[in-house]
This record gives sequence, structure tokens and C-alpha cells, in this order.
Amino acid sequence: MGVSTETGMQTTNADTAVIGTALGEQARPRISTTSRYQRIANADRGTGGESLANFLGAFSLGLGLAQVLAPEGMSKICGIKDAEGNRSLMRALGAREISNGLAILSRQQPEKAMWSRVAGDAMDLAMLGKVMANPENDRSRALFATANVLAVTALDVMCAKQLSMQPRTVANEGADKGVIRTKRSITVGKSPEECYAFWHNFENLPQFMRHLESVSVTGERRSHWKAKAPAGKSVEWDAETIEDRPNELISWRSTEDADVYNAGTVSFQKAPGDRGTEVRVELEYKPPLGKLGSKVAMLWREEPGQQVMDDLRHFKQVMETGEILFSDATKQRGMHPAQPDNEPVQL
Amino acid sequence: MKATCWVAPQKMEVREVPDPTILNKRDAIVKITSTAICGSDLHLYNGFLPMMEPGDIMGHEFMGEVVEVGSGVDNLKVGDRVVVPFPIACGNCGACKAEAYSLCENSNPNAYIAEKLLGHSPSGIFGYSHLTGGFAGGQAEYARVPFADIGHIKVPEGMTDEQVLFLSDILPTGYMGAEMCGIKRGDTIAVWGCGPVGQFAIASAYMLGAERVIAIDRFKYRLDLAREKAGAITINYEEVDSVPDVLMDLTAGRGPDHCIDAVGVEGHSHGLLYAHDRMKQVLRMQTDRPIALREAILSCRNGGTVSVIGVYTGLIDKFPMNAVMNRSLTIKTGQCHVHRYMKPLLERIQRGDIDPTFIITHTMPLSQAPEGYRMFNNKEDHCEKVVLKA
Repeated sequence: MGVSTETGMQTTNADTAVIGTALGEQARPRISTTSRYQRIANADRGTGGESLANFLGAFSLGLGLAQVLAPEGMSKICGIKDAEGNRSLMRALGAREISNGLAILSRQQPEKAMWSRVAGDAMDLAMLGKVMANPENDRSRALFATANVLAVTALDVMCAKQLSMQPRTVANEGADKGVIRTKRSITVGKSPEECYAFWHNFENLPQFMRHLESVSVTGERRSHWKAKAPAGKSVEWDAETIEDRPNELISWRSTEDADVYNAGTVSFQKAPGDRGTEVRVELEYKPPLGKLGSKVAMLWREEPGQQVMDDLRHFKQVMETGEILFSDATKQRGMHPAQPDNEPVQL
Repeated sequence: MKATCWVAPQKMEVREVPDPTILNKRDAIVKITSTAICGSDLHLYNGFLPMMEPGDIMGHEFMGEVVEVGSGVDNLKVGDRVVVPFPIACGNCGACKAEAYSLCENSNPNAYIAEKLLGHSPSGIFGYSHLTGGFAGGQAEYARVPFADIGHIKVPEGMTDEQVLFLSDILPTGYMGAEMCGIKRGDTIAVWGCGPVGQFAIASAYMLGAERVIAIDRFKYRLDLAREKAGAITINYEEVDSVPDVLMDLTAGRGPDHCIDAVGVEGHSHGLLYAHDRMKQVLRMQTDRPIALREAILSCRNGGTVSVIGVYTGLIDKFPMNAVMNRSLTIKTGQCHVHRYMKPLLERIQRGDIDPTFIITHTMPLSQAPEGYRMFNNKEDHCEKVVLKA
């Protein structure tokens, strides 16, 4: 799993391609600048299949719910004779639709979930063929249902094909192995040297990563991390620094024997003009199953990118103003009116 | 302490709540002496701004005496008398360094929510919904002021609260509205809305060298104030068929050189277009009624500036972009970067260039804040500006 393939660092043929040839030498942009950002843009591109996938995912969910909750009605629409056996089959098909819909909407390997929808369509069409062959059923209704399934199948195939063309990007690489990857960035009004120096001392991390309790440096490349978990418990693991380029980049990864697999890279790049430093974080983690699963899921809330963004915003605040700013409403977790209270600040 | 709390749309209560404490090093606690109800508080009162919670303390125009100072504040001491600017700004980030304080990058703890709605987040604001940070406001006996070392101006000896209170928001806001016009000698400026901000925009346009200022409203007492105190030529839009036509007449077909929208989200008008806008607002098909803005754009002379200081909270319909583009109009806008204007405007008050007390119509104790909101919102008793004494 290549954490060190930090997006802006890969060498591709974009480095040698000349751009801006219509411009005179004076006005032409520096290739070393543009190619770096072109790589970031390329890594972010999708295939255009995402919005159709969202629609089909929602459609799957809706159809599945209807099949599970109202199997009689759905059978009637398809022209199937009402019988106990038919109803439970309809419910089973509904459960299949719901799991497919959730898989598509979860955005983890949506192309596989879409191909699974196509397989489901084939199954439905085969069953509708049998429905039409049985004289007890309503042929014209079954024919109408078949036409509808065929139309959706066409959309499913189109969408699955589009999604399958999706390039391997930071966002989806590793999905095969159940690894969640995310990346976020922020501009901090300090030099790359200052940002690197602060981050490089891992014991500073809990100052801006609110889910961490402590990090202690235990060796030249090793550190021990302790994070908050629900019900006053905590999760601990060891990590090692796997790459360290002064004032440029730091990569770390949990060690082999850690219960919680996670790895991260932070890079510091001078921002244009005197805008400070572009800080980019890439993070990947594997939510383990079982008892630890729920604890770790809490660490990154629902959306992993949101937690990283919060951390980065707090890093900026600490670097620029010295500490994280609280309001009356945000000094504790959960909803709270904008009104003082006597509770302590909850980091 | 006592504090004015938002309970539900059109329902405010003065409640007993805990006193504020220092939460960050650069905080100060201010014992409030005077505070005011702002026109933009009415947008919260009427439920036009999302993300309010029952119990939220209102108010972003306030001043008072410093009673406690955090360890990171080195230019304030207990006993100092200060006016506090409404945007919360750190003074360290790129926006603050560019003096765009209402765009501070570090002062909105709920920036992630604002980003989802607005694309990027503006600064935190006192008592102005959770979208701008969930900070308790200043319509109370005490307030916690974050980044107090840059977020204050000390009041010189001998000046009354009333003379300096409006440096917290509406005087700088009106002034910035006029400044964004880039006024040159001979310019005619039209101002929509004769609320407190509109009055200060009119006065500021004159201070910045406008030849004449035309003011538009529907309340006679507000137009009288604009004419008698601020020196505007006034138009009551309910008494004319078309405001743009009257403006064309007054400027011999050129149109006002620059137009200021000091109305915002809850604009009124007569006729079909208003009914249509109101209906869409009720049906949640648009959130804001951009009536003044449309008129300002259509009235403005070719190549002129439309300066928007009225507050908008959501989306608008029928925005005449064709007029903006084909007639080379410039739109300038923003929540006021108050910190930038406090000192120069204090000096103008001291020099006698402007006496901001002319807008005050009602002074009442903090305990009567709900009454103040009702009167200001319903324009009862010729209400122009309510000052609350804590």
C-alpha cells in the first residue's frame, strides 16, 4: 500500500510536456509549477458516472423498501399471483436491492456494486420470463414490468461501464482491500520550515487533532499513539515514520503488530506569492471488524475527510494564532445554544 | 446575568444565564453598558437566517467596560472602556492581514457548515446564528470577546456611549457602503433603505464628496430623518409608479452614478413582482426578496457601481445579470470590515464631521429588549434605532 505515492510527488510524462507554447518565453508558466498542480487535478478526476450511480443507488433503495414493506402490491404490479411463497421471494429480492443500493451509495467500489445490479437485473428478467410462461399470472402486466426492467438494465450497464473506467486515484486506491483513503489540504500563513518543524514533533499533534489523547516519541522513527474512543475508553497503537524529507514531507504508518491499521502523509509546499504553505494530508485506514471496529469508526466520525479537514483547520489556527478558538456553542460536542455555561472546554 | 435569548421566530426572552468566562488566551470579558438592536437582528428575529437554537444570546452591537482579561491580551486592562466590532477577527491570517476582517479564516468554529452553504466561510460574528460560530452575543450584561487584543477600540475621555456605540457595526457598515462606490466630485448616489445603515450610508456619501444623495423608503418618518438630518433628496416608493423612472428624471437620463442597497433580504415593494417574490419565499422556492437590488441594478448609470450592504441570507431569483454585464456595472459587497474603519470614524466623530446619535429614537433597559424587537420590527412609534442599557 503506497502511502508514499503522495500525489504531487509522482513523476509522470507531464514533467516533460511543454505547455503554453502560444506564449512568449517571458510569459510562459514554469513547467515545474504547472505539472505539480496538473497531477493533483488528474488525481481528483472522476468518470462522470457518479451522478447516475447516485440516482440508481437511491432507486435501488426505494424499490427494495417497497418490495420488503409491500410485497403484495409489488407482485400485483408485476402481474404475479398472490401467494405466500411469492411474497417471501419478493421480500428476498427487496433485501438484495437494499444491500445493492447501500453499496452503491457508500462510494466504496461503486463499480462492483453496479455490476452486481446488472446481475440482479438478469435474474429479474429470467424470473419475469417464468412469470409470463405461467398462465395463472397476468401476462400484460408482466410484459410491462419486463419493459421497465430492460430500460433500467440499460442504464445499469452504462453506469457500471463508466465507473469501471474510473482511474486509480488517491480516493479509490486500496478500496479492494477494504482500506479507506482520504485527502484534504489547507493554506497556512507560515513558512514550510515552521509548519514542518511543528508537525515533525509528533507530541504536538494532540494540540490540533482533537481525537488524539497523546502521542509519545519512543524511538528515532517510532512513536506511541493514544486516541479517544467512546465510553471513556481509548485506543492505542505504535507507528513508525517511513519517510521524512525535512521541510517537505513526513509519512508515517502503524506498525505490523498494531490493532488499528492507519497511515498518513503530510506535505508542505510553499504557496504562491507570500501566501504561506500549502499543507496537504493524505490518510488511509482500515476499519477493523469486531470489537475495535466501532471504536475506530468513531475516531473519524462518519466522513473520514471531515475529521482530517477539522484537524487541518485547527493546525492552521494553532500555527497562526497559537490555539484553537472556541465559541459557547462549540466548546463541547453536540448541539448547545450560544450561551455561556459552567462546563469545561471539551477538546 | 441577564441576556436576550432567541426562543423561536418573533419570540425573544430576557433570561437569567451563567456569566461568561475566559475560554481562550486572547479573550476579554466586557461588562456591557450600552448595546443596540441591529436591522440584521430582525432577519434572525423573523427566522430568515438558518441555524438558530433556542437559548442563543442575541446582539452584535455593544460596548462596555473590561472586567477580565486573558493571558494573551497585552493592550487591555480591567477598567478600560471599549467598543467591540461585530466580526470576530484573529488579526493573523491572510484575510486579516489584508484588512478584510469579516473574512477572518480562524474565527468561525463552524466554518465547515458555512463552507457547505456558502462555498467558503466568512468570519465568526457575535450572536448571529451557529453558521457564524455560535458565539453568545452582546444584548446581555456581560460578553466574552475573543481576540480582544485586536477586536476593540478604546473610548476617549468625555465621549458618551451614544456617540461611539455605532462604531461597532452600522456606522462603519454605512461608510463602507459609500466608500465602495468610489465617489468622485459631482456624483449622485442613490440609497435604498432609510434604516440606520441607510442613514449612515447617506451621511457617509456626503462625507466622501457626493454632490447629492437620493434616498428611497416607504416610511415617512424615516424619509424625514434622511432629509432633515442626513441631507438626502427623498422618494417614497409607495407614492410613485416607478422608482427607476423618478431617478432617471432626477439625473436627466443618466441614472445615479452609484447605487447602495441598504435593504437586503426582506425588501418590500408594491405590485405583482412583490407578490410573486413573497409567494416564492413562503413556498421556499427562493429565500430572499431582492427587490431593492434589482431596482438598484436597473437604475444605475452605465459603468456605475452597485454597492450591497443589505444582508442576504440565501438565494435570489430574476437577477438582471444582462444589465450588469452589458452595461459594465460593478457589484461590490461584503459584511463590513469594521476593524478597518473604527479609528478613522472615531476621529470624524471627534472632529464633528458626523454626529451618529441622530438615529436614536428609543432608549430602554435591557429587560425590555423583547419589546424593543417588536417595536423596531413593526416600525411602531416611529422606531429607527433602539439602544438598550444594561
